[in-house]
Amino acid sequence: MHLVINGQDQDITCTTLAELVSALKLDAQRLVAEVNGTIVARENFGQTVLKDNDRLELVHFVGGG
Amino acid sequence: MSSFHDLLMTWPAERRRAVVESISTDQVQRALHKDSLSPTDFLALLSPCAAEHLEAIAQRAHALTLQYFGHAVNLFTPLYISDVCTTQCRYCGFNARNQQKRTHLSPEAAAAEAKLLHDQGHRHLLLLTGDAPKLSSPAYLGEVVERIKPLFASVGIEVYALTEEEYAMLVAKGVDSMTMFQETYDPALYAWLHPVGPKHDYRFRLDAPQRAAKAGMRSVGVGALLGLTPFEQDTFATGLHAWWLERNYPGVDIGLSIPRICPHEGSFEVQHAVDDRHFVQYVMALRCFLPRCSITCSTRESAVMRDHLIPLGVTRVSAGVSTAVGGRATQEASPTGQFEITDHRSLPEMIAAIRAIGYQAVIKDWEDPTASSAATACA
Amino acid sequence: MEDALILGAITLKSRLFVGTGKYAADSLIPEVIAASGAQVVTVALRRVGMQQEGVMDHIPDTVRLLPNTSGARTAEEAVRLARLAKAAGCGDWVKIEVIADTRHLLPDGYETCKATEILAKEGFTVLPYVNPDLYVARSLISAGAACVMPLAAPIGTNRGLQTREMIGILLEELDVPVIVDAGLGRPSQACEAMEMGAAACLVNTAIASADDPVAMAKAFKLAVEAGRAAYLAGPGRVQDTTLAEASSPLTGFLQ
Repeated sequence: MHLVINGQDQDITCTTLAELVSALKLDAQRLVAEVNGTIVARENFGQTVLKDNDRLELVHFVGGG
Repeated sequence: MSSFHDLLMTWPAERRRAVVESISTDQVQRALHKDSLSPTDFLALLSPCAAEHLEAIAQRAHALTLQYFGHAVNLFTPLYISDVCTTQCRYCGFNARNQQKRTHLSPEAAAAEAKLLHDQGHRHLLLLTGDAPKLSSPAYLGEVVERIKPLFASVGIEVYALTEEEYAMLVAKGVDSMTMFQETYDPALYAWLHPVGPKHDYRFRLDAPQRAAKAGMRSVGVGALLGLTPFEQDTFATGLHAWWLERNYPGVDIGLSIPRICPHEGSFEVQHAVDDRHFVQYVMALRCFLPRCSITCSTRESAVMRDHLIPLGVTRVSAGVSTAVGGRATQEASPTGQFEITDHRSLPEMIAAIRAIGYQAVIKDWEDPTASSAATACA
Repeated sequence: MEDALILGAITLKSRLFVGTGKYAADSLIPEVIAASGAQVVTVALRRVGMQQEGVMDHIPDTVRLLPNTSGARTAEEAVRLARLAKAAGCGDWVKIEVIADTRHLLPDGYETCKATEILAKEGFTVLPYVNPDLYVARSLISAGAACVMPLAAPIGTNRGLQTREMIGILLEELDVPVIVDAGLGRPSQACEAMEMGAAACLVNTAIASADDPVAMAKAFKLAVEAGRAAYLAGPGRVQDTTLAEASSPLTGFLQ
């Protein structure tokens, strides 16, 4: 499936957001996700089905002042 | 805080008394050397301890007055347009129970009186009425203001408490300042002093300056009638009221008036007379606490007192005063005024007296350019 | 009576907030937080997979997280970042930081007010980072800000309390906590801000850029505590020679 993740085109095999997160080897507990501009609550990662050309933002906390 | 009342409640009478009695010389000195004073510092300057350091406080008050106002003193004159009064304030010459002839000037007569004051050179006018909201209604006040506004750079009102809408209406007609005397900030004493009439409502009066500020009034003044409560009580509450208004309505010029109760028609026994030393201490404490507020001194005070208070903080004085209604341009007139005048100086005499102590009298301070076209036409 | 800072219904004992940016290694952060005694720690939000590793592994879960909206150039972007941060499940505090000027990194007061109004209505506890401007501060308070966070000097400069006079005016006029943020470079400067009556200080670069950040965190902790204690103690007066006894007394007429 073709996805735009954090502005970059990627082709990844997955059905749900939860599957994508584990395919990318990310820690879901540390992550916030936006699919096509809408924030997805962490508990809904498993039910969120992705489709071709979805635009995703995956963000996390980094050091800052 | 959404109202001054909330703040005042945090300063019950016992707290004020306890703080005032605990003040040391060091606390007074410290208050005098701060850039900005807290309410507790203000109370320190009102304390018996501070009374022993009047000259040091005077130096500070003088320096602050010069810093914020320079050598300028604003002049104004009052115009009493009605002494019809429905209240029975126990200390007042207009008390409804005093059997005296009452006069209520028609808008035409009020305008004729105002014209005479204008011709004498006055440009700042203060309109006063008794508490008779039906007869001296907001609409009546509006009508008077409409007629006289073209003649004056500033028209103020010192009348009963109005609603925010009524203040807004008068602002639209050209009123730029209002003064509200709470008389006393002690609710129980207030209720006893004002037994009947609309003035009986303490809270409605207490919140009037805030309503005026909300309504767009350019200057809002407060004051208590000195002599009704122990010294530190109403003096502190008055300063606190101005302080609260200044913080919450930074776009409004906040002013203070400092009337001391004086003999009148009737028989009211003054319980807590304020002597000259305490009176001066109060004016100076106000100046130190509220460096930017104007302080108005009326002709209740003598010429000597007024002249000496100018370097210490007073920035507004009246001239050519009569506290009786009518008699200038009209036959209609009341025989007695609201209070006994002790300084009878005319406008030219006041200007000369102010010059003699090294100050400049300001006859016309500021004028709203949007309201001035009619004024130039009449000048 | 315990001296606590109450912010957004949370009671804080520590008045030093620390940031987590610019460390030589993020692994220093737990020790820095411990040495600073901070109960509020700021973090930023970034896309995963970019240069930076996540910082959460290094932040003890006993502290309150204060996500900032750094990177936002408009109110809209700040609002989006705040909502994302909230979705991370770390509470509803947010430090609004809107910077469109990349040269001086000064905060945009107008955009900050707009973002504050939207987020306060959504229930966020909003801590806006601003220039010490009284009008902006008043607008922020009417927009629902829980405090104001004026800068002491341009961010990251360690130049100290350059805006002292303006911060003094905020302290005099405002009824909400004033938290001095950005530019404090030395503990003595944080101490001075606290002596003046600041509710707290936020320090990042000064600690992160020290030779020994852990020791510097401890120094800031002590300085902030000392300044607060001095403020509460009520400093004595500074002798002023201009107020010597006058030759012609102003109150002579009362004799």
